[in-house]
Amino acid sequence: MNAPNKAGWRPAMGDAEVTASPTASGDKALMLEEPLIFELGRPGTCGVDIDEADLPPMDALASFLRAAPPALPGLTEPEAVRHYTRLSRQNYAIDLGPFPLGSCTMKHNPRLNEKVARLPGFADVHPLAPQQTVRGALEVINQLAFWLIELTGMHGVAMSPKAGAHGELCGLLCIKAAIAARGEDRHVILVPESAHGTNPATAAFAGFSVESIPATADGRVDLAALKAKLGPQVAGVMITNPNTCGLFERDMKAISDAVHAAGGYVYCDGANFNAVVGKVRPGDLGIDAMHINLHKTFSTPHGGGGPGSGPVVLSAALSPFGPLPFTARRADGSVVLIEEEDAEAEHPQSFGRMAAFHGQMGMFTRALAYILSHGADGLKQVAEDAVLNANYVLRSLEDVLDAPFGGAGPCMHEALFSDAGLAEGFSTIDIAKGLIDEGFHPMTVYFPLVVHGAMLVEPTETESKAGLDRFIGSLRHVAQRARAGDDSLHGAPHFAPRRRLDETLAARKPVLVWKEQAGE
Amino acid sequence: MTRYYTQDHEWIEVSGSEGTVGITDYAQGQLGDITYVDLPEVGAVLAKGDAPCVVDSVKAASDVYSPVSGTVTEANHALADAPELVNTEAETGGWLFRLTLSDPAELSVLMDRAAYDAFVAGL
Amino acid sequence: MRYLPLTPADRADMLGVIGAASVDDLFVDVPGEARLSGPIAGLPHHASEMAVERHMAALAAKNVHAGAVPFFLGAGAYRHHIPASVDHLIQRGEFLTAYTPYQPEIAQGTLQVLFEFQTQVARLLGTDVANASMYDGSTACWEAVAMAARITRRGRAVLSGGLHPHYLATVQTMARFTGDVIDSRVPELSAAPDDDALIASITPDTSCVVVQYPDVLGRIPDLAKIAAAAQGAGALLIAVVTEPVALGLIEAPGKLGADIVVGEGQALGVGLQFGGPYLGLFGCRDKYVRQMPGRLCGQTVDAEGKRGFVLTLSTREQHIRREKATSNICTNAGLCALAFSIHMTLLGGDGLARMARASHARARQAAERLVKVPGVSVLNSAYVNEFTVILPSDAREAVRRMADRQVLGGVSLGRLYPGADALANALLVATSECTTVEDIEALGQALEGVLA
Repeated sequence: MNAPNKAGWRPAMGDAEVTASPTASGDKALMLEEPLIFELGRPGTCGVDIDEADLPPMDALASFLRAAPPALPGLTEPEAVRHYTRLSRQNYAIDLGPFPLGSCTMKHNPRLNEKVARLPGFADVHPLAPQQTVRGALEVINQLAFWLIELTGMHGVAMSPKAGAHGELCGLLCIKAAIAARGEDRHVILVPESAHGTNPATAAFAGFSVESIPATADGRVDLAALKAKLGPQVAGVMITNPNTCGLFERDMKAISDAVHAAGGYVYCDGANFNAVVGKVRPGDLGIDAMHINLHKTFSTPHGGGGPGSGPVVLSAALSPFGPLPFTARRADGSVVLIEEEDAEAEHPQSFGRMAAFHGQMGMFTRALAYILSHGADGLKQVAEDAVLNANYVLRSLEDVLDAPFGGAGPCMHEALFSDAGLAEGFSTIDIAKGLIDEGFHPMTVYFPLVVHGAMLVEPTETESKAGLDRFIGSLRHVAQRARAGDDSLHGAPHFAPRRRLDETLAARKPVLVWKEQAGE
Repeated sequence: MTRYYTQDHEWIEVSGSEGTVGITDYAQGQLGDITYVDLPEVGAVLAKGDAPCVVDSVKAASDVYSPVSGTVTEANHALADAPELVNTEAETGGWLFRLTLSDPAELSVLMDRAAYDAFVAGL
Repeated sequence: MRYLPLTPADRADMLGVIGAASVDDLFVDVPGEARLSGPIAGLPHHASEMAVERHMAALAAKNVHAGAVPFFLGAGAYRHHIPASVDHLIQRGEFLTAYTPYQPEIAQGTLQVLFEFQTQVARLLGTDVANASMYDGSTACWEAVAMAARITRRGRAVLSGGLHPHYLATVQTMARFTGDVIDSRVPELSAAPDDDALIASITPDTSCVVVQYPDVLGRIPDLAKIAAAAQGAGALLIAVVTEPVALGLIEAPGKLGADIVVGEGQALGVGLQFGGPYLGLFGCRDKYVRQMPGRLCGQTVDAEGKRGFVLTLSTREQHIRREKATSNICTNAGLCALAFSIHMTLLGGDGLARMARASHARARQAAERLVKVPGVSVLNSAYVNEFTVILPSDAREAVRRMADRQVLGGVSLGRLYPGADALANALLVATSECTTVEDIEALGQALEGVLA
């Protein structure tokens, strides 16, 4: 026999009872810390090979030249890939699990969308290229516009708004232009108190004054109170439907009729369109304008906070005032771009341009791929499954979490809970942070404002039943701990890359850029 | 010197035609940690009920209404570096601004301490 | 359907738990007359991944993409080489499919990137601080005008003739509804911008002077002189940068006295994409930070004292301040900011300078080639990587006819300023490190061909 086990290696399980001592690196196995690029990089390092310029700067530039290159360190490709990959692991994401933020519609982002958006014919096309070279791009915009019009039962659509809030602005500018065209001066926009913050902010930005409409006890717009506010000063209302409590506004048509009778227009915040896409057409409810968040209902990625895309569908009354540019399909089937020079002939009442170029084309390709994948039948199924999943969450948890409107009937695509019934000293934030330790992203918290300690859960249709059951099990467990007064919840999250962060310090002494002395 | 209170939780201490304005200890307790105070400019002319001042916490921004009409004579610049004074000394060192009253008769509708305490107890 | 995990059996089980007979019972609040009985009529039904890809690829094939031909378009959107690792990294699901970092304990990846991005942008623009990005350059420009009005409490903005006409149009659209007065002009075809005429337009009620740098014709205004004049009149200088790569070569606007610097960040890390999504850059002086629009990321510590990052100064924003917010903006261009930041990190300051010099060298070569075309002259006395040439005839027509010859030869001022006859013969030509000597020769020959 040769020398037995010369290397000395034999499998061993170790002693699970032994406590760990701190690591030298601060990392913990796959839990990796990562410095800032300013602490990692070196001036002069470059991860891109660039040929030296074969001509020096022209003499006429001499007085404009930068004294020194921007003081920015560089990283080589391997360092950069590692830096961003390590950082990425400190993020929660839909790809890791449910992301049940109410009002945000965090559904799966299909990878086909990413693939088609990267086709050079879309990704590498200049916005001011001659029209003859961008027929396919114009066709994408027009095809998506067609779908959005058909799905909403509206007359036209403005494609250029860059995000939902930009779309709200577009809708209100249409309303303002329409009222001016009538020779009237109406300066009030009515907004329910449960509205998204963007609604009053947009109305104020567009030069309107904002008046609040109260909600009824069952979480809907108070029709009588709204009617009492209508008058010759009211330009319109901004209503979210389904609303921010996750409920359909049953009186929507009556609201629209009353507003129209009083000479106003109806803006619908379409953030929650996912609940009704393919099932209900807003045009049938008397809506005059509604933005559609392509990054919600139509699955374009949220990207850690954008980019969004917010096309606005418009009624026949408001379409003449929509922004430039837009696409139009000619009788021969071709699609043309209408810009300022054709506006006089094609669109003389337009309120103008809201942004450079044609809107979020990269999101249009993704949204069109998504819509074509689902078709009319699949989109209807999207709404049905989204609503089914939300009601399943609502009914599976209402014995441990207060559901303020649960008794009034089904919800739409999101289930609303409150902090009533938690032990003294426990609130919504404890539930949220407890869920983080359970491996889930929390729901939307403290919104809508009309419910105390609100928790708004929007599972979306892309969660499986098994996945929902795991989420429900965890939320139930955390809720029971909060009802029982389990103090350890106050310290949650315990297992995330960071514990609770000092937001007061951040706001009192803002450190918004890295400075040498502010580093560690 | 006399101190008055409003239903919006401001206090004003008046000496002659000069008043010092702040928010009450109850109000700061409701707001939580104050992170920033947006102060009025000296010389600003205020009508009673104007909102010359905003008090920020992490998750809220609250207007402070002037309890009376007048002209701002001084703002508490100590709050620029130490907004937490509004938390720790709401009714003393955490005062917000001083003004010259243009209509002292407006004081008559404000509450005294006992009335304010009763008002808060009823909330 | 491949994106919908529920099975018919799941649905039946779940309806049982809910206590509903059918899914339609869940839509009981929708009035009957508004509830559709089946899929919307007249629309196609679901399609396979292969079928959709085929449809989209056919549409893409109808476009002439920039990489396929000699390409010289700029005017607010620029084609630079994007390292392969940029697109790879932004497709990591943890970045791509995350939301706004409202739960900072599980969003440190996004937050640290934003903090790094803000620092990079501030150093590039020469400002004290920068935000986490806006929709794009044009909307950032409008937000800056609105911010200047808040700071100065004045309502008259003076806009340079060198400002991109789409940016001008965006500002004019917004101003029409807010009552701000916009004093604007179209550019003159002169070798350098008329800074003195702009300065003469500043009045005691001017809130801001808005100057693009380099301007839409590729010329370079004297920012320091304009800053002094604006600030002397109590107004702010807003500098607008549509080609951030140029700042690798010329001085940062903040260093020259600009109070607010906004820009279009697309040129770094983000593809042309027919105009969007792009990202707005927004920087300013420290003392104006509470008047800034948009998200801001700040450094702090966690309960164990570890450094961490959060969204901060949120009380400026719509979700808290509602109708009193500094802006209604509710998003940033997160993924585009990430792409910008990765590209900037790969370059570093030195790499950016080299890229700018290489782009500039190609512009010099292109200019030298184009002046050899009979009847063609270069307008600019100075430029970085975009300049204006004057043709003997209408430039729009020349652009179309060059496109017929498979050369994307530039952006005509006729396209940007329809109806401005004095500008009709002017063509904007942009270059980058991607431009080859062969491209430049093809442009020269194409122009000779269409002008012959």
